Amino acid sequence: MIAAAALFVTALFGAAVANAAEVPLAERKSGYEFMARETRAMQDDDTANPAMFSVLDGETLWQRKDGAVAKSCADCHDDARTSMKGVAARYPAFDAALGRPIDLEQRVNVCRAEKQQATPFAFESKELLALAAYIGNQSRGLPIDIADDERTRPFLQTGREMFIQRQGQLNLSCAQCHDDNWGQKLAGAPIPQGHPTGYPIYRLDWQTLGSLQRRLRNCLFGMRAVSYPYGASELVDLELYLMWRARGMPVETPAVRP
Amino acid sequence: MARALINVPAKAKRGEVIEIKTMISHTMETGFRPDSTGRPIPRDIISELVCKYNGEEIFRAELFPAIAANPFLTFFTVATESGTLGFEWTGDNGFSASESVNITVE
Repeated sequence: MIAAAALFVTALFGAAVANAAEVPLAERKSGYEFMARETRAMQDDDTANPAMFSVLDGETLWQRKDGAVAKSCADCHDDARTSMKGVAARYPAFDAALGRPIDLEQRVNVCRAEKQQATPFAFESKELLALAAYIGNQSRGLPIDIADDERTRPFLQTGREMFIQRQGQLNLSCAQCHDDNWGQKLAGAPIPQGHPTGYPIYRLDWQTLGSLQRRLRNCLFGMRAVSYPYGASELVDLELYLMWRARGMPVETPAVRP
Repeated sequence: MARALINVPAKAKRGEVIEIKTMISHTMETGFRPDSTGRPIPRDIISELVCKYNGEEIFRAELFPAIAANPFLTFFTVATESGTLGFEWTGDNGFSASESVNITVE
């Protein structure tokens, strides 16, 4: 009896998964296209985009000597405008030492800890976001290019499973909104397809810059699901899957979102 | 030091109406929000922006707690002569920032 019930549940779940049709590649749209004209204008004009303050801060931080060895990012990587071009479009990327993918913020902190011998920045700190925005800005307009190979595949799979897994008290999956019902409204706001093309973003709701992990935690909170702590492998796997899902779309960093 | 971004056309014709866009980094803390312990966070806002065109005041704005972080203000003026547009923001806790841009009028 229990086995039969379990089988029935599996069949139902299987059906639910089959229904969650992925957005066809040609129909993918950035969150930008769901925004009001005024919000788009903010993002389009670098003198009206408040995230540019963080990009400028990031530029200063890039040159600042720090840590026990008194090295700056520029001491190893030179001019970010050339060395960091296209880098953010490849993140999260597999880190051989850790044996798993890490996102751009984590990469900055690994560099800080190992190369600069400095204290890693806290997640969502002004400094970490500024560096991520500055590095991300160097890839603006370049296509997102996530490695899909035998090293990343298991993590892509975990991320995808998390995306289609119903969770939380509302029993919702990410896919139910962002694959099945994009373009519809949720409490008056349009549901985008959930492509992380412009992170870190300046979200008008936050009145500040925030990372993709902050956005994901926000979504999980809204679904009344477990919010994983910053840096949790679950969040990074989901980030990896979302970036892969947005492969080929141009990077907008730093984007503005409502 | 707060960062400010100013967008003014570098060149303009005499008598032309030009748009001036200004933005400054500031949290614009309203004074009404509680922190994680429930105590109100003290108010910290920019209260005034003054713009001077070659020393002559052409625009003044008063700002209040309901204005969003990183205040973005745009306004227009008539390009009369080449010179400098000076901007000065003042606010709570002795906040003061200034910026200037040059304009060529032909």
